[in-house]
Amino acid sequence: MIVVNCPNCGPRNSSDLRPCGEVTTRPDPATASLSEWRTYLYLRENPAGWVTETWYCRSGCRRYFTIERNTATNEIRDTEAS
Amino acid sequence: MAKHGYTYSAGKLVKHGLTRGDWPRMWSRPEARSSYDVVIIGGGLHGLATAYYLAKEHGITNVAVVDKGYLGGGGSGRNTAIVRSNYLTPEGVAFYDRSLSLYNSMAQDLNLNVMFSRRGHLTLAHTDSALRTMHWRAEVNKLQGIDSSVIDPQEVKKQAPSLDVSSDTRYPILGALHHPPGGIVRHDAVVWGYARAADHLGVHMLQETEVTDILCEGGEGPDGKGTGGRVTGVRTNRGDISTPAVVNCTAGWASLISNMAGVPLPITTHPLQAAVTEPCKVFLPTVVVSGSLHVYVSQTDRGELVFGASVDPVGTYRVNGTLEFTEELAAHVLELMPGISKMRLLRQWSGLCDMTPDYSPVMGTTQVDGYFVDVGWGTYGFKAGPVAGETMAETIATGRDADLIAPFTISRFTEGDLVGEKGAAAVGH
Repeated sequence: MIVVNCPNCGPRNSSDLRPCGEVTTRPDPATASLSEWRTYLYLRENPAGWVTETWYCRSGCRRYFTIERNTATNEIRDTEAS
Repeated sequence: MAKHGYTYSAGKLVKHGLTRGDWPRMWSRPEARSSYDVVIIGGGLHGLATAYYLAKEHGITNVAVVDKGYLGGGGSGRNTAIVRSNYLTPEGVAFYDRSLSLYNSMAQDLNLNVMFSRRGHLTLAHTDSALRTMHWRAEVNKLQGIDSSVIDPQEVKKQAPSLDVSSDTRYPILGALHHPPGGIVRHDAVVWGYARAADHLGVHMLQETEVTDILCEGGEGPDGKGTGGRVTGVRTNRGDISTPAVVNCTAGWASLISNMAGVPLPITTHPLQAAVTEPCKVFLPTVVVSGSLHVYVSQTDRGELVFGASVDPVGTYRVNGTLEFTEELAAHVLELMPGISKMRLLRQWSGLCDMTPDYSPVMGTTQVDGYFVDVGWGTYGFKAGPVAGETMAETIATGRDADLIAPFTISRFTEGDLVGEKGAAAVGH
């Protein structure tokens, strides 16, 4: 079981939340080229180690927040709520 | 088959049975050369099949297959051994059907019994929308000459009498997609067969050899990697090997290897859990899949029920099992087959799945010259092993993406030309 700390609801089983993947930088849709936009849409770092990712508290406060998780060990450390 | 290999036969079985002599080792453990024509990263089914077809069909035998562990220790030894070709897209159907026909003739081709059991495959529909997708798939399949049709609950009961097809269950069975050519194969034997045949043709299999970097020159990224670059070799824990062609045939670590060449992939890695029961008398004649209940089940020749599920939602490289999986699995399987409530699970395990956004693989040439990918195999890598090897070998030998895999190249993500296979691949084994 992976326990994730929701900033509002406290520690929850990861199955109560929805993982939304690693945090990426969204290019400006008005100026981004197609290839920049599709890189943002599809390509992922997918590292085996620490990654900053977004979670959604789907069965609690419905808030999106970011955490840091080590994908090799599933160890988790909190960051500033976003 | 092999030019200078040991051939298995009934006569030799009798002879060894009587004399109790040792069987020769299936493959050798050669010393690494300092350079190869092709280096394949990943000694699983895909890597070994690629090596075998490179040697057999294209005469390229100066090939090394490197693996950080042992042959077939990743997805090749962890999958649930199901094969089928009733996919949703015409590209997928043509591709997987070629694989099925290679599985059909594999035992003769490799001179090893891979125990292919062509027992039929049922994909259950529990909702109207699922039934609609089954009809869609059946029509796509029929157009391409695949034996595939939608059957009603009474026919489902005839195919698999242990299923509960009554209408008062939580998820009643409304029908199923029936695919008679589907079945199961002994997955380890497939790995052994390709490894043995490739070894006899002169391919080097270097186990416990971990690639730590891919050496490139001329690319726009750091160290000459990335777009416009050219592969010059690989760095391993046992020293550098120079080569003009590197093939990424890994599953689970595909992104990490690909990042070494400066080629980022559209992949996230998730574990998939599976389990097996104690053996019992054979009662389940077909493969049964339920997308809505996230489970697929088949019975091995030993009598064990093999279960698989969908991938875990949290992406991770950690492959430990969870209690949630066993609880959910048991609940869903008993929904389908109430009669097996007293059976005990023998063990559970998991493997890593490289998921792509459109549930199709990423194959062929890349923006780096000499770096080829055969990755993104999600939950459908085993059934594609033979055709992946055949088409990757053709692509490497000719430098041009083989026709069957042209829709699956990495450029489809920059061109926005995805091959959406989720309707037939998400849990549909």
